[in-house]
Amino acid sequence: MTLPWSAQLIHLSAALLLLLSFAMLAQRRVRSLVNLFAAQGATLVVSTVIVAWSSGQHHLYYSAAMTLVLKVFLLPAILHRLIRRLEVQWDTETLVNIPTVLLIGLLVVIFSFGLAQPISQFADTVTRSTLGIAIAVVLLAFLMMITRRKAVSQVVGFLAMENGLFFAATSATYGMPMVVELGIALDVLVGVFILGIFFFQIREQFESLDLHHLETLKED
Amino acid sequence: MELLILLGLPLFGALLLAVFGARTWAPELNVLVSLATFIAGCILTVKVIADGPMVVLQDQFFVDPFNVFIVALTAFVSFTTSLFSRPYMRIETEHGRLNPMRLRLYHSMFQLFMFTMLLALLTNNMGILWVAMEAATLSTVLLVSLYRTAASLEAAWKYFILCGVGIAQALFGTILLYFAAEKVLGGEGMNALLWTHLDGVKHQLEPTVLAISFVFLLVGYGTKVGLAPLHNWLPDAHAEGPTPVSAVLSGLLLNVALYAVIRCKVLVEGSVRSELPGQMLMLFGLLSVVIAVFMLWRQKDIKRLFAYSSIEHMGIITFAFGMGGPVANFAALLHMTVHSLTKSAIFFAVGHATQKAGTQMMDQISGLLTVSPRIGWGLMLGSLAILGLPPFGVFASEFLILTTAMRDQPWAAPILLLALGIAFAAIFSRVQPMVFGDPSVKPLTHRPALLPVFAHLALVLMLGVYIPPFLAQWYRLAAALIGG
Amino acid sequence: MNAITVLTQLLSVLIGVALAPLFLGWVNQCRAWLSNRTAPSLLQPYRTIRKLLHKDAVIAEGASPLFRAVPYLLFGAMATAAAIVPSLSTALPFGKSADAIALVGLFATARVFIALAAMDIGTAFGTLGARREMMIGFLAEPALLMVVFTASLIVGSTELPVMAETLAGRAVAIYPSLAFAAVAFVMVLLAENARIPIDNPTTHLELTMIHEAMVLEYSARHLALIEWASALKLFNYACIGFALFLPWGLAPASAGAEGLLLAFGLLLLKLVVAGAGLALMETLSAKLRIFRAPEFLAMAFLLAVLGLLVRLLLRS
Repeated sequence: MTLPWSAQLIHLSAALLLLLSFAMLAQRRVRSLVNLFAAQGATLVVSTVIVAWSSGQHHLYYSAAMTLVLKVFLLPAILHRLIRRLEVQWDTETLVNIPTVLLIGLLVVIFSFGLAQPISQFADTVTRSTLGIAIAVVLLAFLMMITRRKAVSQVVGFLAMENGLFFAATSATYGMPMVVELGIALDVLVGVFILGIFFFQIREQFESLDLHHLETLKED
Repeated sequence: MELLILLGLPLFGALLLAVFGARTWAPELNVLVSLATFIAGCILTVKVIADGPMVVLQDQFFVDPFNVFIVALTAFVSFTTSLFSRPYMRIETEHGRLNPMRLRLYHSMFQLFMFTMLLALLTNNMGILWVAMEAATLSTVLLVSLYRTAASLEAAWKYFILCGVGIAQALFGTILLYFAAEKVLGGEGMNALLWTHLDGVKHQLEPTVLAISFVFLLVGYGTKVGLAPLHNWLPDAHAEGPTPVSAVLSGLLLNVALYAVIRCKVLVEGSVRSELPGQMLMLFGLLSVVIAVFMLWRQKDIKRLFAYSSIEHMGIITFAFGMGGPVANFAALLHMTVHSLTKSAIFFAVGHATQKAGTQMMDQISGLLTVSPRIGWGLMLGSLAILGLPPFGVFASEFLILTTAMRDQPWAAPILLLALGIAFAAIFSRVQPMVFGDPSVKPLTHRPALLPVFAHLALVLMLGVYIPPFLAQWYRLAAALIGG
Repeated sequence: MNAITVLTQLLSVLIGVALAPLFLGWVNQCRAWLSNRTAPSLLQPYRTIRKLLHKDAVIAEGASPLFRAVPYLLFGAMATAAAIVPSLSTALPFGKSADAIALVGLFATARVFIALAAMDIGTAFGTLGARREMMIGFLAEPALLMVVFTASLIVGSTELPVMAETLAGRAVAIYPSLAFAAVAFVMVLLAENARIPIDNPTTHLELTMIHEAMVLEYSARHLALIEWASALKLFNYACIGFALFLPWGLAPASAGAEGLLLAFGLLLLKLVVAGAGLALMETLSAKLRIFRAPEFLAMAFLLAVLGLLVRLLLRS
């Protein structure tokens, strides 16, 4: 039951995506986090191109190109620039118990594989078995957002979540309609710009990008 | 055509205000654009009432009684809010909390926000619906943090992150929906996310996939509705943003998000053919009501108080939609209308009251009635209306929902009744000393805009006493569309 | 079971025992080159062992018989392991009696004994080393088991010779799960053999050492056996790695003398490459603080489990 090479490569890139998600979960340094995000984007591009090539879905090439521009070059560049301008290059997350988070991450992966099972049995794409990985990437990014206290890491988590969703769309249905994908890309881009503005506002107010300052609004 | 004008106006307004938003006459321009949008909305509504549902631009947009009713409501409330914000923002500027640059941002984003909401309502494409909802979040994030205070930044950050995470779940739900739809609508590709097409084939969609997709869609859009347990952003965003923003968030955005949930529910119910989607709505609705009611007691900030009241009412509406059936849907639509009108009226009154008092803390506001009777009465009547006192419209819709619940879901009726009772005690005991009692407030530099408050309350009163036949017919049509 | 297979079996063990110090010497030599030092001779481990064997053993006061027995037990355990791990040929009659899980158990037994012996004397360092060793072991073993499970899930057997044979016989295909497992395995190998990110085999700094702390009280022939056993353990781990991830070149049961010779040549080649790689990795990384070791090993465990999960998911 050897699969065609394209399917094998897609499986490999899916596995890589998952690995990168975990690497992000374990990475404490903000700058490396952005690099890992760019790597994840690159893997996404590769897998999308392979899917496009093997399924003959031409619009996927455009999606891949968009991902390449947006997630491999533009967003990481913006984030790096922000980090430099805000002088938080050496920010690291403290107080994160990495092994525990990783083990929770494993449970998340098991859960998402279970969740994907009933869905992927209805799919007829070559990539259907990677749907579970896509869900796992989304949920791991979610986990990362919960466990992080630095604003930049939370944003990277948010973007990684979007990566996972994009991968889900490619693997389950060969991508969403082009209009929708354009809209999503626009939203993501605008979102990052707004966050950039936001970072400066937070910095101006608190002189730090540590979110523990943002924990005063509580029900007492 | 009317539809495109309706969509184009706020977008054009946003561009215009991005350029001229800092001028002294910008608030008037804002009112003008909103008025034009409202008129366009009215024309569209009349047309839909006359000609029935329509689709335009290769099915990309569509209007039916359900969404045109929310469109009209949205356009109306945004118009009155722009009226209110004119003096309100001037007073804020004089208090030194804002500068012209931020005012420009405010005006431009306000119109952009209207555009995204109208787009979400009018689009036929479930994907574009998602894009518009996300854009609505993005356009309001900077509005919430407009004052740049520590608390407002925190509120805006929470709002962005929570809604961002929520909306990501909704995107996954949409992907699953597309996944199921593509099987049935296959070759059409582009059209597989069009609601009207999906509605036609909903019985053939794969039930398992749709059930899972509904969970994600409900959690995702539900976050924006303010349904528990992902409601935490709502009180913060309402309390820390400028009051006009609180009014449109509460009165409009929550409705639009709920509209998205209901659109999805119709599809999923058709496919799953079970009570499941309705039950989930009821569960989340009831949970939100209960949580919100208990949180009401603990509030010290007046805007937070009414934000929790919004969660409570959204919970009631969601519950009613969950029950389904013509009567409950009718009641839910009616409640949606009256809640929007009443809650925005309350926020208008609250906005001026807090400006007078210089604080949002309820224990430092008192005696509004003595100093400015109109604000005092506005707040009092608004509170009585939202608490469901007859003869206001909220009474009518809550009464309908409760009686339907007693008949269809007897287990939930006592919970609802108890919750409404507690909410009554909580809000009334807070508002009463603010309105009466010894005055602690100072006069304002600009004449407050109280016309919107009383216009809204009058409408709510009217809906409680007499629903015009065309409106009733309209509600019935919409209720039938939602089915269940 | 015929005479030839018995001979092959014996040969495997002998080659393991004989080659292990050479492999260690090669790794040390590479490390020295990479850090611009004058390299010791390739045969240095043999010389050390010979030197130690000629010395008089000194036993600490109050040492129990266990203390004396442990070096022999340790060496025996590693030699047994060498009989199970296919290094030259997959025709190992001994392999039938113990699969990979038993092998992990064998390593664990050896660990328990050396930790017991370290605590036997009652010095502070011995106890400290034993405690650390047990912590590392407790974290590394599950990871190693997961690696084995991942591979056996693909093959459908837990016997190492069978696994190696099946994997070598497959058409070339990408197994993401095996890639994950391989990375995890390398991490476990580093931790289990007291290599650099976890422990430094050449250190005598009291506060950082683990393995050295445990064997501080041993001398002469006892120390020689322990050193030899450690070298053999590294050799065994390398061979497990080859069997799972580079299974090509092992002589099948039917192979004659030339086949075995060819396999031997390939084994040497693999060892040369693996030793150089190991030295490179050690040179490039810095030693982790002991508190970070759980994180490192949690990573290994995670990778191995991910490999397993990915395998389960992508099978369809």
